[in-house]
Amino acid sequence: MKDLVSANKINTIPKINDFIVKFANVNGSGSASANNMFAKSIFRMGIPVSPHNIFPSNIQGLPTWYEVRVSEKGYLGRREGVDLMVAMNEQTIKSDIDSVLPGGFVLHDSSKPLSDELIRGDVHFLPIPLKDIVLKEFDKPSQRQLFKNIVYVGALSAFLDIDFEVLTKMISDQFRGKEKLISPNIHSLELGYQYASDNFKCPLPIKLKPSNKNENKILINGNTAIGVGCVYGGATVASWYPLTPSTSVVDAFDKYCKRLRIESGSGKNKFSIVQAEDEIAAIGMVIGASWNGARAFTATSGPGISLMQEFLGLAYFSEVPAVLFNIQRAGPSTGMPTRTQQGDLLSCAYASHGDTKHILLFPSNPKECFDFAADSFDIAERLQTPVIVLSDLELGMNEQISEPLEWDDNRRYDRGKVLNEEQLKSIERYGRYQDSDGDGIPYRTYPGTHPNKGSYFTRGSSHDANAAYTEDGDIYAEGMDRIALKFKTAIKYLPEPDISNIKKHKLGMIYLGTTTSAIQEVLDSLTKKGISLDTMRLRAFPFHLDVKEFIENHELLYVIEQNRDAQLKSLLKIECNALEEKMHSIRSYNGVLITAQKIETEILDSLKTSEKNKGISA
Amino acid sequence: MSYIRKPKFHHPDLKTNDLGLTRRDYEGTLTTLCGGCGHDSISAAIVQAAADMSLSPHRVAKISGIGCSSKIPSYFLSKSHGFNSVHGRMPSVATGANIANKDLHYVGISGDGDSASIGLGQFCHIVRRRINMLYIVANNGTYGLTKGQLSATADVGSKTKSGEESLYDNIDMATLAIELGASFVARSFSGDKKQLVPLIQAGLSHKGFAFIDVVSPCVTFNNTNFSSHGYKNTWENYISLSQVDFVPMKEEITTSYDPGQDKSITLHDGSVIHLHKAGNDYDPTNKENALQHINKHKKEGEIATGLLYINQSTSDLHELQATVDKPFNLLSNHDLCPGNESLIDINNSFR
Ligand SMILES: Cc1ncc(C[n+]2csc(CCOP(=O)(O)OP(=O)(O)O)c2C)c(N)n1
Ligand code: SF4
Ligand SMILES: [Mg+2]
Repeated sequence: MKDLVSANKINTIPKINDFIVKFANVNGSGSASANNMFAKSIFRMGIPVSPHNIFPSNIQGLPTWYEVRVSEKGYLGRREGVDLMVAMNEQTIKSDIDSVLPGGFVLHDSSKPLSDELIRGDVHFLPIPLKDIVLKEFDKPSQRQLFKNIVYVGALSAFLDIDFEVLTKMISDQFRGKEKLISPNIHSLELGYQYASDNFKCPLPIKLKPSNKNENKILINGNTAIGVGCVYGGATVASWYPLTPSTSVVDAFDKYCKRLRIESGSGKNKFSIVQAEDEIAAIGMVIGASWNGARAFTATSGPGISLMQEFLGLAYFSEVPAVLFNIQRAGPSTGMPTRTQQGDLLSCAYASHGDTKHILLFPSNPKECFDFAADSFDIAERLQTPVIVLSDLELGMNEQISEPLEWDDNRRYDRGKVLNEEQLKSIERYGRYQDSDGDGIPYRTYPGTHPNKGSYFTRGSSHDANAAYTEDGDIYAEGMDRIALKFKTAIKYLPEPDISNIKKHKLGMIYLGTTTSAIQEVLDSLTKKGISLDTMRLRAFPFHLDVKEFIENHELLYVIEQNRDAQLKSLLKIECNALEEKMHSIRSYNGVLITAQKIETEILDSLKTSEKNKGISA
Repeated sequence: MSYIRKPKFHHPDLKTNDLGLTRRDYEGTLTTLCGGCGHDSISAAIVQAAADMSLSPHRVAKISGIGCSSKIPSYFLSKSHGFNSVHGRMPSVATGANIANKDLHYVGISGDGDSASIGLGQFCHIVRRRINMLYIVANNGTYGLTKGQLSATADVGSKTKSGEESLYDNIDMATLAIELGASFVARSFSGDKKQLVPLIQAGLSHKGFAFIDVVSPCVTFNNTNFSSHGYKNTWENYISLSQVDFVPMKEEITTSYDPGQDKSITLHDGSVIHLHKAGNDYDPTNKENALQHINKHKKEGEIATGLLYINQSTSDLHELQATVDKPFNLLSNHDLCPGNESLIDINNSFR
């Protein structure tokens, strides 16, 4: 048994529950479920863990990575540097090995010797003859391919001290009903475990120790949480066109509808899902259904939002509710379709032509994906306008540790201002766009409600308060002003920003969505250096008044976001009159989640400069 | 009440129907289309059809795209909700509306530009999805509202008023609809109310996707002697493959029909249509036969009209998707929300 660390004379700092394991695979090789199993076993050991998929826009043959960060402190953002690389892809093995931190480890398939140029003197190699092992144990090529992945998970359980019971239980859970698959999977785990413990001193200096940080938590991706949220939020109609990374939203809605939305007795469906011919048709169906009183949504990403522009303007101006989930990916055009970005902020805030503006919600974790999905229908119907929930690939497609999903059984849907037959009977004259309550929100009626009251003509062309066609410019302007008032009213129905310690410090950070995953790590690290900041996590647009106040109350604000052009900063400048001089933009747009290290470095650099220039100190 | 009331003296005929409503109750606002525009005759035909069959106006939803033709919904059934959407996208809005409430009648009105050009994709897909509705294309072979550009339905060689000639093969919306699985397909002419009204009634009673391609001349931009969709060409080359009589549900059948020449079809709502075959072997229940006939007449420069195809055995989207009987827009919180109990199970599946 080889004690690598002492044999190699490489200095390896022991790390318990604080390291990164990265898997380099070829896509289509069946590695995803093995890698997921690895991450989930750490979750089940009670240790905070965050897996990130980095995958190509391709079905088979291209490189794919799965990066798992383990952090007892609960830092679930990304971090640069790899402690243990599972190097399974010959195409990328050179750069994969190069990315390992000095003192780190490389697990590789030693069925074929590594070429000399790959050898690094400052990392440990963990050779395992994976191919030879599966060749001996399994007959079918497909089995060999799949179980090779399970064998390396078995080896990792020895190297990192993963509770073997946790792994075997997971296999039994996963293949419940397909019992035949359980024993070869467990056997493969044992093969890897055995080989590792026979040949190396296990566990390694980087290892896991059971903890209690995940009590009551769940491990779920944002898109699934949205799908469940739509079921709970009362959506009956989903219309969509397949587009990564949004597709799994509708998949999840479909799955949970089939479980929870079947009428007892008749077996019929209390939902309808239409795979539209394109995104224009998808949003058209959502608008048609919402106009007619059903809760409807579509899920898409940047390219789909581009196609929906005209309809979004129609819904805004004719005041029809609609719910859209935009799972953002890197643009423009096809951009990097399988990489993450927060690049659609501006194109969604003001989508369509003319004076338009849309309600945006910014979830930053799966629990919020669920909550905001359900809330978005209330908000859209209350305000009679589209609501766009802006998630991104990072949140949508990666499993994240989250608070459990919760529903208050006393909650009733807010269907907004809709007049029923009785109410129509009692009013003398109905005008679709009359602002009877002074809050800018008029009253709707559904088609078919009353034999001779309440009908109106919905149109995208200019209309008066009774929905009659007009080209009178003053009446048009009045209507536009009323909609602007409605957007002021909107704020009270939107989730407020999450603000820490307002006014306590001179420095502030503003961010939203998945950027949040890096913030606690930044704060903790800066605190150690004697720098303190207030934080504001935005959760909705149009912004609450608190947002303006927060900006006014701080001397220097770091606006942290994941796009090139500082779209959030622009939005704050447009909507809150934030001064350019006060706003320091920190951006990341390389398609992967922003890291705490990047944010911290930029803050430290800027403080050095501004101390010189202005004398601001924390 | 978002429409201009018409002056009363327009209405000498105030006969009431089964619902106690007069023709007036089925009208819309005053037209703003050009005098003599075919589209106004379509509005009038819909008013007559709906009134005569005692349709409840508020149980109808009217949906259109953009164009002179898409303004038609303003000019009939003011007691119905209407939705003038965006250019070429009426089918998707109608689909969504229909999914939300299966119990209303849906009337979609579109133009040839709206449905055969910008909206051709959506048109094809609404046919495929078998939405239960009546879809009318007011077909003038031109873009009226943008002042007379040629449309994709104009025949090769057809000329507009400005002299622009159609160079490309045309799209026949009726044969396209038959090919794509529409279960009721007719063609008519805005100038032939006698033929059009019963077709509209039959289309409204038909369960499934009913399509009527109505040649509807644009007097301002496309009514020359050389225009395929002008009055002259249409009157001269128009032939009826099967004349339809419509007998609404509950009404007694009083006329006697010649069993050799005629065929009766009972629709899903109990109404009956009688087809008088014009001494030919036309069989509107046979898809291949129908397509053959239409194409044969087309080659001869004739416009085949009447009920071209009917198939009563198809299912609509709601049946295909097995949706509940209650309209979605009436489902309550209780019907839709699974409650926290189920969420506990869901949470456990993610641990
Ligand atoms: C996206 C978009 N592009 C262009 C137009 C301009 N436009 C309005 S109506 C129309 C053509 C209408 O033709 P048709 O549907 O045949 O109706 P008609 O006026 O002939 O009855 C066009 C091109 C528009 N409204 N929207
Ligand atoms: S321009 Fe043509 S289609 Fe439009 S209203 Fe006038 S006649 Fe009718
Ligand atoms: Mg036209």
